[in-house]
Amino acid sequence: MLRRDFIALSALLFSPFSRADTTAKALRIGLTPTLLHERHTLLAKWKAYLEARLGVPVNFVLRDSYSDTMDLIKQHRLDAAWLSDYPYVLMQPWVRLLATPLKDGQPHYRSYLIVPARDTRSRSIADLEGKVFAYADPYSHTGYLFPRHALTALGKSPKTFFGRTFFTWSHRKAIEAVAQHLADGAAVESYVWDALAREEPAITQATRIVNRSQTFGFPPLVAMKQMPDKTFRVLRRVLLDMRFDDQGREILDKLHLDGFVAGTPALYAEVESMAREAAREDGGAR
Amino acid sequence: MTMRVFDLSFRYKIPLWGSALIAVVALTMTVSFMFQAYENLKRDMLAHSDNLGRVLVKTLYTPMLHDDVWRAYEIVRAPFSEAASTTGFRAEGLILLDANHAVFVSSQPDHWPMRTALAGLGPSYAQLDARLRATPEATTVLVEADDVILLALPMIADEVGIGHLLLVHPAGFYWPRFRQLAWRALLITGLVLSVLLPINWYWGRRMAAPVGRLAERMDALGKHAPTASLSHDYPYRDELGRLFMAYERMHAEMAEKATLEQRMVKADRLAALGRLSAGIAHEINNPLGGLMTSLDTVKLHAARDPVLDRFLPYLERGLAQIRDIVAALLVETRGRSRALNAQDIEDVHTLLAQEAKKRDADWTWDNRAGDTSNLPATLVRQVLINLVLNALQAAGEGGHVAVRCVGNERGLELDIQNDGASISDELMKHLFEPFTGLNEEGHGLGLWVTHQIVEQLKGRIEVESRDGRTRFSVTLPKGDHAWPPNASA
Repeated sequence: MLRRDFIALSALLFSPFSRADTTAKALRIGLTPTLLHERHTLLAKWKAYLEARLGVPVNFVLRDSYSDTMDLIKQHRLDAAWLSDYPYVLMQPWVRLLATPLKDGQPHYRSYLIVPARDTRSRSIADLEGKVFAYADPYSHTGYLFPRHALTALGKSPKTFFGRTFFTWSHRKAIEAVAQHLADGAAVESYVWDALAREEPAITQATRIVNRSQTFGFPPLVAMKQMPDKTFRVLRRVLLDMRFDDQGREILDKLHLDGFVAGTPALYAEVESMAREAAREDGGAR
Repeated sequence: MTMRVFDLSFRYKIPLWGSALIAVVALTMTVSFMFQAYENLKRDMLAHSDNLGRVLVKTLYTPMLHDDVWRAYEIVRAPFSEAASTTGFRAEGLILLDANHAVFVSSQPDHWPMRTALAGLGPSYAQLDARLRATPEATTVLVEADDVILLALPMIADEVGIGHLLLVHPAGFYWPRFRQLAWRALLITGLVLSVLLPINWYWGRRMAAPVGRLAERMDALGKHAPTASLSHDYPYRDELGRLFMAYERMHAEMAEKATLEQRMVKADRLAALGRLSAGIAHEINNPLGGLMTSLDTVKLHAARDPVLDRFLPYLERGLAQIRDIVAALLVETRGRSRALNAQDIEDVHTLLAQEAKKRDADWTWDNRAGDTSNLPATLVRQVLINLVLNALQAAGEGGHVAVRCVGNERGLELDIQNDGASISDELMKHLFEPFTGLNEEGHGLGLWVTHQIVEQLKGRIEVESRDGRTRFSVTLPKGDHAWPPNASA
């Protein structure tokens, strides 16, 4: 693990993705920790695809937590980013909606409540009282905001309900924490769980989905508000057209997506109200 | 049983003892090596764990202080990933304990779930818990229980204990490595033994073989007459070589003694026979004289009678024969005789030439007797005639006979050789005895008389007969007094 971290670090330092700060004219797209983090071949293909169509260099900027990416946005060190829906809501003063991915033909995803496969008793989050619970990221909708919201709806205090909680800083690792029995439960993105079920079924088979939430707007791609309209339109057009050519479809297949649509802020109205509610409860901290 | 082992031949005892000694030394060394290796291995592997633990502790400070369970989990999992499993790290698991001695996170959440109190993990863990509470925070604590070996490393941040990293080893976690080492040590021991034992065996047998031969000879010494010499059986001059030499000396002395004894016994017997025969001869001589006188009287004065005419000659011949035999047995040396000179020997030569010719024998005659002898001529001549006649007879037709007579200041030496059939052992034993019945021709009185004469002249007669060569040697010493002795004596 240590070694792998080192490799990841060197990749960050020396790969083209890290030149966001130095190459002024390049298009800098921030990525939050998702499946894409360890798939450099796929990222390279997507980068080449975008560069060919945009005519400018494209740099993906990877960070290990949502907040890191959010900081980059606040510091105007990105031109665009693929954010989770909750950070998007929080970043609205800085960004505007660029595109929403389509999964199974819908611009939606869900939160899965998972427990280890050996736990055959739990039927809802209420059964996990006093247990160890893994959160993905404090700025994750499906991995943090939603389960806490669900507990509040049940009249429980998210701060005291679980015996112990910790952050894994990614959905994939939250699934692993449950699969390896480190945690008794976790809430994860349906998109990540489903993709992992296809790519590494051994991990997901060690978990069991207890609850599937209602649908939410899929984590969107956003652009900085400062981005010129022309650039914005071109970028959106390239993204939306991806599903109409072979190369684009190949990349989308690997991303386990059907394509991108323009999306509307209304898709994220529910998470916005949840965020407001949470902000009220936490005294505005998170 | 033990006695039987100690009774074993050196041929087996030396190699066996040697082998036992080598085996004991080799095994003792192997065992002591393995004991040492066992201790070292255990210490090294624990030291290895300790080192790894200390490295991990450093990386675990931050996640621990930040309460980052997942990061800590990833770190404690790392040594157990597939890539790391070959590095020789033998701990079974890692447990990160918080300041309250509860599991913060562990490499195997199934075994050691988060938040479990250390004492609740099992008796060995409870023991460790007690030890940790009893010792200062900064101390490393090692608990060796029957089921598990626990090594607890303290995590100190700014002199405040924030927890412990606990390395869990299965009891005997060093066994697989030790078995490997022990197996190699045994293999080397086996190799060394497979070289040393055959060398020892060969050397032992080589040492024991001459001792065995010597022992066999010594055994045989009592049972049989001394046999051929042992020289070159053992050419070295060490203790064993000296034993061999001592044996050879003893062997030679015994052989000489045996010969002497034989000779003495024979001489005694012949002397006894001499006395007996002389006594008998004297007793017969007296009446015989009367008988012969009476016979003469009858011949001269009795009236002629056909019966007498017919039987008197028989009586006369019979008595004459008795007189001859008695005379032969008596071997009178004190008769009147003159001293020997060279011509006497030559006379015998002439006398026997006819006989030799008749027998078609090839003979040589070497007469260097000289005139200086004061030996009685008649007796010496008789001895010479007897021995030469015997030799001619033994040599047979076409045989060779060599006669040599040498006179010097000490006396006279006669040497008669022939190349006829050797004298049998049986005959040799009773040679010189009268009437043995072993002589094919004659009654055997010839050698008896010869012997008696030599004895009376204080000489010596020796016979040697082997490889188709028979030799009679006679040595006659010069008498102290002139011969003939005073006629009046």
